[in-house]
Amino acid sequence: MATLQLHNITKRFGDTEVIKGINLEVNDREFVVFVGPSGCGKSTLMRMIAGLESATDGDILINGQRINDVGPADRGLAMVFQSYALYPHMTVEGNMGFSMRLAGVPKEERRAKVLEAAKILQLEPLLDRKPKALSGGQRQRVAIGRAIVRNPSIFLFDEPLSNLDAALRVQMRIELARLHDELDATMIYVTHDQIEAMTMADKIVVLHDGVVEQVGSPMALYHHPCNRFVAGFIGSPKMNFLPVTLTGVAPGGVGVRLPGGGERSIPVDGTHLEESATLELGVRPEHLVLDEQGPLSGEIKVLERLGGQTSLYVQMNDELITIMADGDVAYRVNDTVHFGFAPERAHLFGADGLALPSLQQHPLAGLTRHDNRGPGAPSEEPA
Amino acid sequence: MTILRSATTAPRSVTGLRSAQSKRAMITVLGWSVALVIFFPIFWMILTGFKTESAAIADPTLIFSPTLESYQAVQARSGYTRFALNSVAVAFGSTFFALLLAIPAAYSMAFLPTKRTKGTLLWMLSTKMLPPVGVLVPIYLIFRDVGLLDTRTGLIIIYTLMNLPIVVWMLYTFFKDMPKDILEAGRMDGASTFQEVFFLLLPLTLPGIASTGLLSIILSWNEAFWSLNLTSSKAAPLTAYIASFSSPEGLFWAKLSAASTMAIAPILILGWMTQKQMVRGLTFGAVK
Repeated sequence: MATLQLHNITKRFGDTEVIKGINLEVNDREFVVFVGPSGCGKSTLMRMIAGLESATDGDILINGQRINDVGPADRGLAMVFQSYALYPHMTVEGNMGFSMRLAGVPKEERRAKVLEAAKILQLEPLLDRKPKALSGGQRQRVAIGRAIVRNPSIFLFDEPLSNLDAALRVQMRIELARLHDELDATMIYVTHDQIEAMTMADKIVVLHDGVVEQVGSPMALYHHPCNRFVAGFIGSPKMNFLPVTLTGVAPGGVGVRLPGGGERSIPVDGTHLEESATLELGVRPEHLVLDEQGPLSGEIKVLERLGGQTSLYVQMNDELITIMADGDVAYRVNDTVHFGFAPERAHLFGADGLALPSLQQHPLAGLTRHDNRGPGAPSEEPA
Repeated sequence: MTILRSATTAPRSVTGLRSAQSKRAMITVLGWSVALVIFFPIFWMILTGFKTESAAIADPTLIFSPTLESYQAVQARSGYTRFALNSVAVAFGSTFFALLLAIPAAYSMAFLPTKRTKGTLLWMLSTKMLPPVGVLVPIYLIFRDVGLLDTRTGLIIIYTLMNLPIVVWMLYTFFKDMPKDILEAGRMDGASTFQEVFFLLLPLTLPGIASTGLLSIILSWNEAFWSLNLTSSKAAPLTAYIASFSSPEGLFWAKLSAASTMAIAPILILGWMTQKQMVRGLTFGAVK
């Protein structure tokens, strides 16, 4: 059982405020990912939770207890660092058992616990090695093992995969997700990689400039971003943005005129819109479809064939639009393409960058990673 | 293999390679010349120690019949061992205390820096720019009043203070190089500050601490100004021993050289044995 609450957390370094009043709730056994561009304050926030940095203002509560003034070791947390931060002069066993050695745990008991964790992580044959004799992935696993033996109530991961190569990263991502299921622990994970966030999180917290932009399940963030920043940050390749003009507001949606002259009604709530409002249309590259009758058109500037898919970079007025098309499209550079989109896949943003609320909730928006298990799979929580 | 070799050497022309080689040869010659110039006085001193007094003041020559006469005379006149023990005691004692004080100081400067850390470091180093003779009188008077004149304790105190700035500075650069994450991981694992230092910082920076300690030992061993002024017989180290051979009776070059050789021999051997460590320590931070 471990929950975490952040109440109005702020952090100032001198005159610079890096965390600007963050409120957040992390539920028991949840996998929460803090994601955002570098410098958004996500690592600082995690360090404050860990106790390595003090909060300038606000309360941090674990299981309802305020722990602002509790030392890092006594918060019942364990942290996996980006650099692994293994103790280079100790063996794998020494590294994993260090916390117990400090706590005065007898040697046999220590060894038993280390072996137990080593088994989960397949580290048994490496226990006598020093970190320098390990590969990057093995070091990462030792760092995780060091966290596991502490039996923490909450695991903290600070960009743990960013030093690994692409293939290993995918593998570790799967292992971490498996580990979360196996340990049934609350985990908080910091990353700048939205793919890691999308694949592992039950709940994503998007941070930008020290504030929480949006909290939600991966699919909710993908389908219903609350503002232009989240829309652009979540999803790869990035969402396309086009300036559009308002033509009218009806109960079924907001009518807009597209740059090419065509008109569409987007099913969003525009009741508070003023007549002269400037709007921006957002459509993800994978939601743009090549269509001879489509209302949009432009000239292909770059064409990337990925095999199964082809990325088209299309110049449309001043904008470079990305389209994810089928792998076998026959287009070439400098060809003119026509394309369109399904209105319910489009987003509208006001001048303040906020998204107009969607009239239809996407059916998968409430899903978490746990819900991806089929009905036959064991589940500790009813959906 | 052939392809590989041609690929790696191709960008360099033959003349370019030759000029690089001759450049390297020149640097080697220059390095050796400087080393020889520096070493020559020591070499000459060792040589003179094996000459008779008359040969020592005769025209310089490399060919002579070596004798241990001066060494015997030196040994007969005064107890080398007593001076040597004093040197060992003050050099190691002051180094121990300097490290003891400097490790916490360097820790806080490296890991918990404030706005004034850099300034403090510079200020500490600036005390080394003051000529020691400037504070001789006050220190002499204080030492006299508290009864520290001609005591090992007195010398240990003064050497500790003398070496502290450089020891702090060196340890600071070593500690600064240590990844902060490792200490933080220790903190997460439940280490107190003391345990952090003892279990993680010290073992990981041991090479740096060792070379700092060595430098401090050498500096203390070779120090002459304070030892000559603050000791007379009981606590006098080897530097005072050498000086005692330039007595009012006149200069005895062979005996002086023999005494000097005996005085510097231990530290020279220590330095020679640990030179790899020393070079690593002294160039740390400068060469990455």
